Amino acid sequence: MAIFLTHDSHVIVQGMTGSEGMKHTQRMLRSGTQVVGGVNPRKAGQTVDFEDGVQVPVFGSVAEAMEATGADVSVLFVPPAFTKAAVVEAVDAGMPLAVVITEGVPVQDTAEFFAYAQAKGTTRIIGPNCPGLISPEQSNAGIIPADITGPGRIGLVSKSGTLTYQMMYELREIGFSTAVGIGGDPIIGTTHIDCLQAFQDDPDTDAIVMIGEIGGDAEERAADYIKEHVTKPVVGYVAGFTAPEGKTMGHAGAIVSGSSGTAAAKKEALEAAGVRVGKTPSETAELMREIVAGLG
Amino acid sequence: MDLFEYQARDLFEKHGVPVLAAEVVTDAADAGPAAERVGADSGGVVVVKAQVKVGGRGKAGGVKLAKSPQEAVEAAEQILGMDIKGHTVGAVMIAQGARIAEEYYFSLLLDRTNRSLLAMCSKEGGVDIETLAEERPEALARVAVDARTGIDDATARHILEQAGFDTADVDAIAPALVRLWDVYQGEDATLVEVNPMVKTEDGQVLALDGKVTLDDNADFRHEDHAALADTAAADPLEAKAKEMGLNYVKLDGNVGIIGNGAGLVMSTLDVVAYAGEEHTGGRAKPANFLDIGGGASAEVMSNGLDVILNDDQVRSVFVNVFGGITACDAVATGIVSALEILGDEATKPLVVRLDGNNVEEGRAILARADHPLVTIEDTMDGAARRAAELAAN
Repeated sequence: MAIFLTHDSHVIVQGMTGSEGMKHTQRMLRSGTQVVGGVNPRKAGQTVDFEDGVQVPVFGSVAEAMEATGADVSVLFVPPAFTKAAVVEAVDAGMPLAVVITEGVPVQDTAEFFAYAQAKGTTRIIGPNCPGLISPEQSNAGIIPADITGPGRIGLVSKSGTLTYQMMYELREIGFSTAVGIGGDPIIGTTHIDCLQAFQDDPDTDAIVMIGEIGGDAEERAADYIKEHVTKPVVGYVAGFTAPEGKTMGHAGAIVSGSSGTAAAKKEALEAAGVRVGKTPSETAELMREIVAGLG
Repeated sequence: MDLFEYQARDLFEKHGVPVLAAEVVTDAADAGPAAERVGADSGGVVVVKAQVKVGGRGKAGGVKLAKSPQEAVEAAEQILGMDIKGHTVGAVMIAQGARIAEEYYFSLLLDRTNRSLLAMCSKEGGVDIETLAEERPEALARVAVDARTGIDDATARHILEQAGFDTADVDAIAPALVRLWDVYQGEDATLVEVNPMVKTEDGQVLALDGKVTLDDNADFRHEDHAALADTAAADPLEAKAKEMGLNYVKLDGNVGIIGNGAGLVMSTLDVVAYAGEEHTGGRAKPANFLDIGGGASAEVMSNGLDVILNDDQVRSVFVNVFGGITACDAVATGIVSALEILGDEATKPLVVRLDGNNVEEGRAILARADHPLVTIEDTMDGAARRAAELAAN
């Protein structure tokens, strides 16, 4: 099974004909993803050639692409200034899943398109500023390298891209059902809690790794959720124990303000919910290995 | 980016929020003429206010009433150069005096938890709002604001009614709230706070003190925002890194850190700090945050190393890269050419950990280059320990 993305997923790429879009569409195809179309009103009707003679058609709109291909996932490589309009177009078309890779989207725009998607109620948004998600050897929607590890029974949810890769690498001998990079912006479409809920319900996921970082209270709320609703074992990691107050650490959302958003508070909340929290990525992976060994 | 009070005031004025006349000066001698101009309509009474991006300046003596230009100069002399919670006062605002009848609180901010916007409003302004929220939460109205529609007259009235204002006050204050929404949306702010918003004895509503945070991601549609940056206060290395387009934060340690991806770099800081505590008795600590992003080209790597090696506190450097999109051989080539570009300027030991895409080729490239300053480690933990030991010795 996996969550949000399976071998049955039909993926279109908004912004496919740009340089990032081209590069990553090729990578998605190489890892077995069914990329069925691209969207660019100025190149509608054309096809784009990829490796091994694969040709992907370009459509004038998301609605046309869905109509013609039955696409149910859109991956967005659209510049920040145009991201809001592109997401709104996907929502209007009724696209079930929109994965927004774009970094640097004004948060006002994200707040608007998220509110818009909420009101329509038919589109799940992942991101923005995220690496996307992968269900290894099934489908890959975004920029997560497909060759780090293969399929397995661990679910992973993370705010950070490279920490996602690092954790997949640490646990490469076990493998993953789905790994989701939810993004590090202050407002994101899919949260830790959404993923925890989906992993809890996924028969192909046995245990969950949750990676958080400083800023906001998403990890604390995830801890409350775990206490109430998650029976599968969860291992946690939080980055930024040594981050000083008031300095943004790369991600727009990663900032400790006053006493809130600290890594220590997040770790404490997770541990109080029965989550085993590692001090480092390697220790976190070790905790997961112990759990997997115990599951037999 | 957090703005100074006077910058917030100017943005308020630009969007039609009622504010008092004010001027900002950096030299106490200029406070006299400024006080004459802004105090013309208030019987010569002005308020001299320290411009620092930190709360509690009133208690620290950073706000003084002056009844004449001479008093304004004296107040400016006392306040300029003052240290308020580690911030040196470089400018004061000379603001027109006002006869205040009542003080209120209003803010509009990003609500991360509910993934929307939040308006907060209270009839009890002028106090520390965190304290009020904790001690008497019922006195602080919280109203969710739809990001798509913002604050129109009806929403403004609803917010004020929730805060317990009577009809006359609602009528008087609502237009200011609509204007403050214009500031929030029009300037791409993530926070607009007015504390206090006041009603004067003659019934005028004014934004007396404001705090605005702007969204850096929206700079592309606000060319005028670049001029608001406080370049004087920036750390010189941070300023240099920013010019190069690097995501760099200076910290107070001796192990320089370069990595790819914000999360991995944050994690690297932690791992180095732990290694420093465990293996060097706390003598090794991370010197900076530096994320070179996904595409770690030779040029970016060389710029990054340049910034870090110019930090006199740095005694060793830890390069921690997970090759995801970028292959490790490209990163290794980047390190080798960066060291060539820097030549004799590169004098501090480098510990490099590469993993992921094309890791064998990457390590082979570093091994072939055999640079005397470079050590290759297999794991993040091992590399952190090595870098910490090198910095502590």
